[in-house]
Amino acid sequence: MSHFSYLVILAACVLGTLPLEFVLGVGVYAQWRRLVATLLPVVLVFCAWDAYSIRHGLWSYDRHYLVGVTLPGHLPIEELLFFVVIPLCAVLTYEAVLARRPEWTR
Amino acid sequence: MSYTVLGVAGVLVAVLVDVAALQTSLVRRRAFWTAYAILLFFQLAINGLLTGIPIVRYDPGAILGWRVVYAPVEDVFFGFALILVTLSWWVWLGARVPRAAGRRHRSGRAG
Repeated sequence: MSHFSYLVILAACVLGTLPLEFVLGVGVYAQWRRLVATLLPVVLVFCAWDAYSIRHGLWSYDRHYLVGVTLPGHLPIEELLFFVVIPLCAVLTYEAVLARRPEWTR
Repeated sequence: MSYTVLGVAGVLVAVLVDVAALQTSLVRRRAFWTAYAILLFFQLAINGLLTGIPIVRYDPGAILGWRVVYAPVEDVFFGFALILVTLSWWVWLGARVPRAAGRRHRSGRAG
């Protein structure tokens, strides 16, 4: 079960922010094309940064906590998902702030 | 190149993207800093788990050694860059193609 640790943490982030979409009604998932267009370059750039860092030994991962699926550049799949989930949470949070304070023009 | 240098460079590039390239100027907006404060709180919590268990380890030679909730301070730079670039791009896309990017969910809110 420890192999799912990182995935569980990411899932908690997604689940924890769902109320922003379905209770607060921020409409981020509703704008899924804009969301995909936002995430694609972010995922590409940061996965490249991550792969570079892994290759140069800046950081490393404990396989005990990973599911074991590795992408090119020795990138654990959890890292790709991290760069999807965290930006997603950022957009949801930003839109939630605007939803609560619409007078703070974007 | 050390993580410290990469982290600081990342922050600078992100600010340039926001202010000069996309001209979204989020760093001048209260909404951005409010969202960032919320995200930073959760980042420290989640990153504390990732680096405290630890799921991820850092080469001591690549970081300054200052830690905040188990994580290298460089992670704060990295996180700031990730958040600012993402939000700047999201906002820019919304201003450019408000219709083509997907139907806006109004949910009773004006404007």
